[in-house]
Amino acid sequence: MDLQYFFELFVGGLTKGSIYALIALGYTMVYGIIKLINFAHGEIYMIGAFTALIIASALSFTGMNPVLIFLISTILAIIFSASYGVTMEKIAYKPLRGSQRLSGLISAIGMSMFLQNYVLLAQTSDFLPFPNLIPEFKFLEPVKSLISPSGFIILVTTAIVMILLTYLIKFTKTGKAMRATSQDPKMSQLLGINISKVITMTFIIGSSTAALGGVLISTHIGQLNFYIGFITGIKAFVAAVLGGIGSIPGAVLGSFVLAWTESFGTGYISSDYEDVFAFLFLIIILIFRPSGILGRPENKKV
Amino acid sequence: MLDIMKYFTLKEMKKSLVISIWFMILTFPIMVIKVNTIENTVVWRWASLLGMGIGSFIMATLWRYLLERKNMKSPLSTKKTLQMRVVEWANENPKVKPIALIAVSIFVLSFPFFSGLYQTSIMTTALMYVVLGLGLNIVVGLGGLLHLGYAAFYAVGAYTYALLNYHFGLSFWICLPIGAGLATIMGILLAIPVLRLRGDYLAIVTLGFGEVIRIVLENWNQFSFGPSGIAQIPRPGFFGMSMNLQTATTYIYFIMIAMVIFTIFVVRRLENSRIGRTWVAMREDEIASESMGIDITKSKITTFALGAFWAGMVGVVFAAKTTFINPASFTLWESVMILCVVVIGGMGSIVGVVVGAMILILMPEYLRAFSEYRMLIFGAMLVIMMVFRPGGIISNIRKKYKFEPAQAAKNADKEGVR
Repeated sequence: MDLQYFFELFVGGLTKGSIYALIALGYTMVYGIIKLINFAHGEIYMIGAFTALIIASALSFTGMNPVLIFLISTILAIIFSASYGVTMEKIAYKPLRGSQRLSGLISAIGMSMFLQNYVLLAQTSDFLPFPNLIPEFKFLEPVKSLISPSGFIILVTTAIVMILLTYLIKFTKTGKAMRATSQDPKMSQLLGINISKVITMTFIIGSSTAALGGVLISTHIGQLNFYIGFITGIKAFVAAVLGGIGSIPGAVLGSFVLAWTESFGTGYISSDYEDVFAFLFLIIILIFRPSGILGRPENKKV
Repeated sequence: MLDIMKYFTLKEMKKSLVISIWFMILTFPIMVIKVNTIENTVVWRWASLLGMGIGSFIMATLWRYLLERKNMKSPLSTKKTLQMRVVEWANENPKVKPIALIAVSIFVLSFPFFSGLYQTSIMTTALMYVVLGLGLNIVVGLGGLLHLGYAAFYAVGAYTYALLNYHFGLSFWICLPIGAGLATIMGILLAIPVLRLRGDYLAIVTLGFGEVIRIVLENWNQFSFGPSGIAQIPRPGFFGMSMNLQTATTYIYFIMIAMVIFTIFVVRRLENSRIGRTWVAMREDEIASESMGIDITKSKITTFALGAFWAGMVGVVFAAKTTFINPASFTLWESVMILCVVVIGGMGSIVGVVVGAMILILMPEYLRAFSEYRMLIFGAMLVIMMVFRPGGIISNIRKKYKFEPAQAAKNADKEGVR
């Protein structure tokens, strides 16, 4: 077996898994707190990427420094996506709190359709090129065939985000409130936690990481259109479920496992069946571990 | 009663203004800036910013008004809903039912003769979704299992007819039971591995199953002819009669009508049968029903199998109606659409599913006037619908047995006197 090829697939899976992880975090956090499959989460990712593209292209005509443009557009994309996430929650999910869970799902599906078509109508249905803003890194020369500069940025950013998020969840007051709410919303409300604030915070964090993922993958691939959110969103959701939905380390682990399955599956078996590998793997894992790799089994009570 | 005029005070106007400014900022990059990446120019569309501001101002006012009105109704209020009043009125006037039934059947039977080809065709599609919705309703509404891969069974039916016809020249009527049967077998095959899963895990596995079937159909060229699909599938025959497009469309319409009646009949019988009751018991509480002696394994398998049966049957009709199928017709959106039919109509209720299918399928068709905006409106409608009527249009009213206390008390008194 060719070792070089193996490493290429490994690194490819790693970058892909990082993006999945950034999106899956939002799914899993929202699910952990309000028990809703946020179908429109993939659309937030798409809007993040689109906003960055628009701002970056507009700025690049002025001839600004590419790195500066990249930073500005990323930050703006994160701010806008977080605002979209919060607005979406206020409109489509907040009035539904306490009603049956399927209603929330349908509302999320409606939101997803709405946002997709909103971008389609306001912008375009064509693939747009994302300006190349990432500089060449000198120290990556020896491993040039393995990892591109944008791939490197993806890995580093994801690692930083994961560390920050772990810190936030484990050691800050907000994180504590989030964990409490996901365990028992009623009880935490009795103890003085403002649930609405916690939910808003969850949507802000989830949407920001999704937007970051969107910007990073668009710079990596170099183009995007209004439809990218859908399939990536589904994949990230699969990753979140694979790891055990509601569990943050689970989402990250699930993302990498899923991405590697896809990467090695396409690399060694057949490239036509990329999604089939992902889903079959998911089904097999869930047969043996019905609540995901790291998910805790539900307590059954009558 | 809440007055909408209340929302035109200065304070409320200010709130709406804040919301509209928020939306103007929020939608700024996507609505206003449009970059032309070929000529490297930026187009600023200030008019859409203004439109957004005014639009969101009005929407914000209306939204808050409607939401407050909805919240004013307490869940325990004794005020009857329109639906309850209609049902009661129908019960009080027993003559209404047959008259309504006759009126509906006259309309249904004469529909293809007074409307055009196009109208008949989309009505047939709507009827197909009625059957699909009723089939999915068995799984989601009665069994309480969230199923997101229903379109896979639909695909199985369609491909059964297309392939059997292509290779062996089998006719529509022979393929109809075969398609339904194969879909049922697929349902059982799916049910076995997912027996232990519940809730959202089940949803994602069924979703994955649906996608796997579609991708296999797309890539296995020798078997399914890949993305280019199968064309020239014959329409159903009627004792070897040759039909032009007009008669053929009308004929399929009547086949669908018959199928809808058959489905409603069977589903109603199922609902009140022993199997149907075990499904409902399973939906309400799996463990409790298991401890009451219900075989959950059997019950889950029957929900999936009987749900899939209808999809397989409609799949055959779909292939015959469109005469061309390819995997693109069986995407996740298709499953989602059928789920929307069930939930929007009102879960567990047969009339609800019929109404839901009519609205969801016919609405986008009649919205063609706004062609570009129809999916946007459709998405918004789903959200609005769920926010203001989360139980669906027609909720399932359980049969209640009334007991007249006055009469009973009188009888008891008489007994006492004696």
